[in-house]
Amino acid sequence: MAFNLYYYASPATFYGLAGRLIPWFAWGAGILTLIGLYIGFFMAPTDFQQGEAYRVIFIHVPAAWMGMFIYLVMAFWSAIGLAFKTRLSFMMARALAPTGALFTFIALWTGALWGKPMWGAWWVWDARLTSTLILLFLYVGIMALWAAIDDRQRGDKAGALLTLVGVVNVPIIYFSVQWWNTLHQGASIKPSGTSMDEIMLAGMLVMAFAAWFYAIAAALVRVRTLILERERHTDWVKAILES
Amino acid sequence: MEWASWSDFWAMGGYGLYVWGSYAVTGLAIVAEIILLRHGRSQTLKRLRRMRKWEEQ
Repeated sequence: MAFNLYYYASPATFYGLAGRLIPWFAWGAGILTLIGLYIGFFMAPTDFQQGEAYRVIFIHVPAAWMGMFIYLVMAFWSAIGLAFKTRLSFMMARALAPTGALFTFIALWTGALWGKPMWGAWWVWDARLTSTLILLFLYVGIMALWAAIDDRQRGDKAGALLTLVGVVNVPIIYFSVQWWNTLHQGASIKPSGTSMDEIMLAGMLVMAFAAWFYAIAAALVRVRTLILERERHTDWVKAILES
Repeated sequence: MEWASWSDFWAMGGYGLYVWGSYAVTGLAIVAEIILLRHGRSQTLKRLRRMRKWEEQ
């Protein structure tokens, strides 16, 4: 039987599928974190320029990537929701936002703690930092908008529009280190190759996968709660509530 | 392995505050989100069950 995407686009089947996937992603995230931390703290060497302070990189970079990536995924679901009016799409967008905001906050926080010893300042109004702060405000603004609009469908649409308007900020963050003269260092990983030590890179990538798995698990837990709430008048949710 | 002892490890070459400050807050934030996710799910189930009882009456 061919894989039928529409089958899983129905909230009822997706609820079950998500429930089966969550433990895999959650355990995967846990195990990858342990491996990543082991590589980061016990295998990766001291940096010749930054000493041990660079070890913040193992959370800073994955968190910053996730902050941007989750926003793109949210924008994708918002566009799909607006174009095809699929119920699940808006729920996905809503389920992703808090985790995206969390990772963006972590990127800013760890950046401040890395910036202080390296640049001598917790914060500078540099293009990379400022655009990342705007990303956090976008997440918070979108969530506030959802919370403020009682009508669910109107809230979904308004949130999706704001998400799509804000998506221009993501390439600005990404290319800010090239477009402007910034204090923030340039990308260590480019399509042309990497300037990082291999074992440092390995630790960072394992942590990035851990963050990815975690974000998927968290979003799936949240979307399941949203599905129950929105589909509460259907027979299958009634059956779950009675069990 | 870069560490001669545990105290060497915790010191992080003098950057302990910055490195562990980063990891501690990240850990706390993740744990907080997990607690909120679980709480949210159980609260929603409770609320929906209550609503359901109400509707049946």
